[in-house]
Amino acid sequence: MAVTEIKSDAVALEKAIEPSPGALLRRRVFSHMGLMIGGGILLVILAMALLAPLISPHDPYDQILDRKLIPPVWFDSPKVTWAHPLGTDQLGRDYLSRLFWGARISLLIGFAAMLISGVIGTTLGVLAGYFGGRVDMVVNFIITTRLSMPVVLVALAVVSLIGSSLTVVIWVLGLLIWDRFAVVMRSATQQVRGLDFVAAAEALGCSTWRILASEIMPNVTNHLIVVATIEMAHAILLEAALSFLGLGVQPPEPSWGLMIAEAKGLMFFEAWLITIPGTALFLLVLAINLLGDGVRDVTAPENRN
Amino acid sequence: MAERVLEVEDLCVEIPIPSGMLRPVQHVSFHVGQGETLAIVGESGCGKSLTSLAIMDLLPSKAKRRAERLVLDGDALTGMTERQMADIRGNQMSMIFQEPMTSLNPAYTIGNQLTEAMLRHKSVSLAEAKDRAVWLLEKVGITAARSRLGQYPHQLSGGLRQRVMIAMALMCGPDMIIADEPTTALDVTIQAQILHLLAELQDEFHMGMILITHDLGVVARVADRVAVMYAGQFVETGTAAQIFDSPTHPYTQGLLECIPIPGKTERGAHLGSIPGIVPSLVGEIRGCHFAGRCPYVHEACTAEDVSLRPSLDAGHEYRCVLSPQAAIANRNKQAAQ
Amino acid sequence: MLQYVLKRLGIAILVAVTVSMITFSMIYLSGDPAIALAGETATQEDIQNIRRVYGYDQPIVVQYANWLWNALQGDFGQSHYLKKPVADVIFERLPTTMLLGACALIFALVLSIPLGVVAAVRPNSLIDRIALTIAVVGQAMPSFWFALTMMLWLGIYWRLLPISGTASWANFVMPSIALGYYITPAVMRLTRAGMLEVLSSDYIRTARAKGLRPMTVLFKHALRNAIIPVVSLAAVQFGFMLGGSIVIETIFAVNGLGFLAWESIQRADLPMMQAIVLVLSFFYIILTFLADMLNAWLDPRIRVM
Repeated sequence: MAVTEIKSDAVALEKAIEPSPGALLRRRVFSHMGLMIGGGILLVILAMALLAPLISPHDPYDQILDRKLIPPVWFDSPKVTWAHPLGTDQLGRDYLSRLFWGARISLLIGFAAMLISGVIGTTLGVLAGYFGGRVDMVVNFIITTRLSMPVVLVALAVVSLIGSSLTVVIWVLGLLIWDRFAVVMRSATQQVRGLDFVAAAEALGCSTWRILASEIMPNVTNHLIVVATIEMAHAILLEAALSFLGLGVQPPEPSWGLMIAEAKGLMFFEAWLITIPGTALFLLVLAINLLGDGVRDVTAPENRN
Repeated sequence: MAERVLEVEDLCVEIPIPSGMLRPVQHVSFHVGQGETLAIVGESGCGKSLTSLAIMDLLPSKAKRRAERLVLDGDALTGMTERQMADIRGNQMSMIFQEPMTSLNPAYTIGNQLTEAMLRHKSVSLAEAKDRAVWLLEKVGITAARSRLGQYPHQLSGGLRQRVMIAMALMCGPDMIIADEPTTALDVTIQAQILHLLAELQDEFHMGMILITHDLGVVARVADRVAVMYAGQFVETGTAAQIFDSPTHPYTQGLLECIPIPGKTERGAHLGSIPGIVPSLVGEIRGCHFAGRCPYVHEACTAEDVSLRPSLDAGHEYRCVLSPQAAIANRNKQAAQ
Repeated sequence: MLQYVLKRLGIAILVAVTVSMITFSMIYLSGDPAIALAGETATQEDIQNIRRVYGYDQPIVVQYANWLWNALQGDFGQSHYLKKPVADVIFERLPTTMLLGACALIFALVLSIPLGVVAAVRPNSLIDRIALTIAVVGQAMPSFWFALTMMLWLGIYWRLLPISGTASWANFVMPSIALGYYITPAVMRLTRAGMLEVLSSDYIRTARAKGLRPMTVLFKHALRNAIIPVVSLAAVQFGFMLGGSIVIETIFAVNGLGFLAWESIQRADLPMMQAIVLVLSFFYIILTFLADMLNAWLDPRIRVM
């Protein structure tokens, strides 16, 4: 009798309570611990950077020489004061304020360099993946050539030759770290290109640019986001390393890498001077990486059931 | 009746998944005698491959196996440690898989992969193992066998690889061989050769064989006995003749109508299909698993679980609330239409 | 196989030539190299002289050809600062960097490959989670900050290891760890992913169905196949490490190529900088070529065609 009816009722019911794809995605996002932690830290640092002029207790460049090297408030020292929660550096500048302003530099350089490298790498990768053949060979050759040049060394040499500034650092990094974009976009495009809907679009006579824009790009976006986070983190670390070696952001700018470099001579006596900016740098990069891993996990096709 | 090589009683496989307990194999019992071929037939996902993996104790780590009795050559496999089980695998009991293209390790030569099981299980020298490998490769119809030992899997065609897999399974002279859809991935022209070869070798070495397949044509040619599996259960077992001549379970009847059997289906006759889908095996299903697709379903089908019961002839069992006479009458009516 | 070798070799040579062109053109980044070299107080005549002596008055193609021809014979010119042949200085410093790189690579592989294997054998176990945490944390840690922190604890507070120089093997411990840890996450993740994929493959099931011992299945059948991509990655990462050694060598005062590079950049010693970039790039190209060869040898599908 009604067994089949009951079954079809059950199916209908299941359909009715099945959440929409958007709700499903939201649920996955909110249940992904790494994504939430990463996103949370990043939001805090972003707020620090955006609100730096408002929330900084002092001018980050203001040197108060009779207030040098005040330790952070959790230290047991008579010099400790809540006027400088994270203390002051060797020139009497408020460390908390410098940390806030430093977040701006890290995020700005990381984002801008990622954008430049993203445009270069994605263009190369998508073209190679879509057209294959000669184009692919040439792009592959360019990638190999780029990979064989040591990034840190070339960046340092170039910056030293043309003189260092924020813009120079952004451009040098952006022009150097597009390789992963190219490699990943190339293989992602190759995969998508083999799918039937692309063949269908070709059969319908869509123009190449239209196919690239409306068929290929939307389907490689999740890869693009993941690489973008990796490269932004990479750029931030490289900027810090460059600044640490004295060839990145120049004093008196409050770059976190530069703060570590300036405190290097004092680190055996005042270890917190390198611990604070180092931890900030670590947390920022960690947050971006967690976010990238999270996006990959949440949007990975094998998780779409 | 030949001596029983393998006895399986009440075999169950359970896999915990997020939405509950998946029961892909439920209370399966059978036995295989020396030189006998048991074919397990069913559509994909019915649990036939998991049954074979459960016997070999090669289930995925999440899957749990339970069995009342699982006896090979008089030794109980239940309760054996992984080490003891490993001593049996490839030695007393071996397996041939569905995918010859991916079932051989690409990094090692055929010779290496053929001899390693023998070197592991038997106290033989490498030279002796190689001699046996060459002898078996010739047995499975591979020419220039000795020179093949140095070749890598990617240098061989699919048919050749499956022959190598068969030779590999026979290296230690097993009493029991399980062939899990050995011809599915091969060209149609090669399928027949491989099956013929398997049947021949089984006869020659006097092994028990479980042949797992969804191809009834294959079954008709080589099986002594047949078990029809549906949604984790055996729904009908019997000799090949019993199953093909007087199928009793509505599923078996439907299955046979879907497939032309050489010499039995008239040219131009209409081939059937079974409407509906296989029920989900998560949690317990009350009553007959086939009720949702059965053309003769009524209240009694879902009232309580149905167990296997004897049909008209000895050794022929089926799992349906209908009497054998009624079931066969239904089929004849259907055929008459 | 021979065809494969020749093809790879051809690409490697082409890449090397391209890299040499880019490296050569570095001298024009700061404008006229003669002016830069002569200094601010130089007269027009001095500059003319320098142009003639260094060959800057010749067509650029001739300059490049001369430079490359000399470089191929091991003559990278004279160091502007040290007044010694560049090649002599480089070959004096190269062994130290190679030793450091090798130690770092060994440290990284010894840590990451077993960890990756264990993590793959027991996915989602405690060890897997620990390994994943190490990977995530490791990727986010700025190498120079990690180096300084390690120096602080192991060198100053606990006095376990010397903090600078190259006097004994103990001097190499911290730099090797600092240099090696950075590649650990990538190698570990690739090993884990490769092992996971291989372990679920049909031929592993075949191997288990033969009754082989778990260790035989794991090492002979699984690791052998999973390690193939790791070899390429390790080679690539070794190249990156040599490039990145500039930061670590500077911090620990390891008298290698990286330290020399940093010194040369500080001194605006152009021929030296060019030569170091070229040597490291060539080294990377050779390394990846050798890795390709090793790969082909490990993978019969390439070797036996």
